[in-house]
Amino acid sequence: MSARDVILARVRAAVEGVPDVEIPRSYRGAAPASEGLVDLLAERVRHYKAAVHVVEEAGVAELVAASLAERRARRLVVPEGFPEPWLPAQGFERIGDEPRLSASDLDTADGILTTCAVAIAETGTIVLDAGAGQGRRALTLLPDFHLCVVRQDQIVANVPDAVARLDPARPLTWISGPSATSDIELNRVEGVHGPRILEVVIVTPAAT
Amino acid sequence: MSRTFLGMPGTVSMMGYSGKEGFPENAAKAVRNSQLRFNLRKATGTIRGRRASVVGELPDWPDLRQAGKAIKDHTLRNLDTYLVQLEEAVTKAGGHVHWARDAAEANRIVTDLVKATGETQVVKVKSMATQEIGLNEALHDEGITAYETDLAELIVQLGDDWPSHILVPAIHRNRSEIREIFVRHMSEWGRPAPEKLTDDPAALAEAARLHLRERFLATKVAISGANFMVAETGTLVVLESEGNGRMCLTLPETLISVVGIEKLLPTWRDLEVFLQLLPRSSTGERMNPYTSMWTGATEGQEFHLVLLDNGRTRVLADDLGRQALRCIRCSACLNVCPVYERSGGHAYGSVYPGPIGAILTPQLRGMESELDRSLPYASSLCGACYEVCPVAIDIPSVLVELRGRSRHPVAERAGMAAAGWVLNRSGRLARAQRMGGRMRRLVPKRLPGPLGGWTDTRDLPDIPKESFRDWWNRTDGGSR
Repeated sequence: MSARDVILARVRAAVEGVPDVEIPRSYRGAAPASEGLVDLLAERVRHYKAAVHVVEEAGVAELVAASLAERRARRLVVPEGFPEPWLPAQGFERIGDEPRLSASDLDTADGILTTCAVAIAETGTIVLDAGAGQGRRALTLLPDFHLCVVRQDQIVANVPDAVARLDPARPLTWISGPSATSDIELNRVEGVHGPRILEVVIVTPAAT
Repeated sequence: MSRTFLGMPGTVSMMGYSGKEGFPENAAKAVRNSQLRFNLRKATGTIRGRRASVVGELPDWPDLRQAGKAIKDHTLRNLDTYLVQLEEAVTKAGGHVHWARDAAEANRIVTDLVKATGETQVVKVKSMATQEIGLNEALHDEGITAYETDLAELIVQLGDDWPSHILVPAIHRNRSEIREIFVRHMSEWGRPAPEKLTDDPAALAEAARLHLRERFLATKVAISGANFMVAETGTLVVLESEGNGRMCLTLPETLISVVGIEKLLPTWRDLEVFLQLLPRSSTGERMNPYTSMWTGATEGQEFHLVLLDNGRTRVLADDLGRQALRCIRCSACLNVCPVYERSGGHAYGSVYPGPIGAILTPQLRGMESELDRSLPYASSLCGACYEVCPVAIDIPSVLVELRGRSRHPVAERAGMAAAGWVLNRSGRLARAQRMGGRMRRLVPKRLPGPLGGWTDTRDLPDIPKESFRDWWNRTDGGSR
């Protein structure tokens, strides 16, 4: 018998006659969009020591320009599909991922601009799914500075909301604050292998 | 490093322990190390506070816990079905699935896969399963160097040390000890520690970043475990903090994941429960910094999944003990355990220390060695572990059950047999009580011979002059 058949036979013998159980799902499920998610997301992301800005659509490019200047980030990776109106007109060198950048090329970039797939207010999490404006996973990993733009309609209340919206067939990266570790005396210290600076820009629709 | 493997079919690394000495002897040595006790008290105290605060924040924590427990029980009941479903989904997504009955088979599969790539170096994401099977040592014997990339694992590897905690294997080290290890040993493994390295945690994290950077960019094979596997979609999930996991999962051309068969979840939706339970229970955060999810061969990578039994099906066959397979390795039970806080993780002689280790290790490894027989006693049965467990594993009940299964010392068996004989007839009990009452002045504080072991850690109660029943008969219930 193959190892597979042996293991499956062992499992079947082990659970024979064991009753099955019902799964109670009385916990909070996906919630309808509510007021206050922008503020909650901003507060929770700041808690992880990431910078957060809330800005109207028309002000995004200006804000990104100011942020790049402050971080002295000149060589920026901009993945395919990142909305052009959100990009500053000048003041940085734009690097594309076509053809694929090597890991060491990526390592020398000053930063990366992305959109996201979903953001979770309760946990202060942004989720990337390698879709338009996000690129493959390594892009947001090697540069030391990651600026992520979140549209208000991408914000959900909690984890069940996010899981329901995401597509498991895509590679997913859930990001909650900059790279950190709890390995030294169990205190959270920011800045290990991933980007040490995370900035999140939340875009609200223009006020009417 | 030499490791002794004991027992079949489950072989779990003994981490350098012979197994001849039991937990009490190991713990006695550990508690004499005041630096260790200080480090542990500080670290576990911090994490307990953080966990309590983020768990208290969720109004539906008890509901999540019940759901988590039921999802795992349902999965275990139907494990055969879900394993086959997972295999199909991973294969369909371009991954290769391998099955390993035990540690030796898993090590051979992984070694062959690495050799097939022609590489002699691999980077590793922290993984309990690969520690359990002693994979690094097996690779070493075949001329392959495995580089640990998690900060705590790096500290353990550089210090030629053993892990002492599930989540933070170097919890027994404080910042100045870590600095010392970096300064002394980083140069033996690659880029040396920066000059004038301080013991500031941020500086230590920076040193690890610099030390591993080139390695991440150059290494072509990575080995990981996984926190969850979703049968429905074939998705694997790794939760981490530093980004070393993302480096290993994303950059290399070949990814090999070694995962215990109990890590399954039936559906994609089930993640909504565990992605709330795990981060809050383990690091005490609303969410850990990075979680990666991938399905099969991703972004041009070659992907191999090694499904590991190594004693798990034996645990599954046990009606009471199988609940240990619900464990999601959060380590909340370690952080809250009064015994662990004082003895530290090394005394358990297993990669799985603490309360969960005390029930999991003897079940996986069997109870042949003195160490494994003594593990179910490494507890005061206070129940704190059960209370914090996010999947409600009733650790105290399993501990008591396992105590009953191991062979007890001769003196204890003789004592229990004698007590049974006396307590079985009220006449015998009365005679024994009267005799005890008359001889009560002669009873020593410490019992003689092998019975002394019992009184070493307990006070003998004072024997009354007269038993309650005799008093009742003599005074007619106190009325005379």
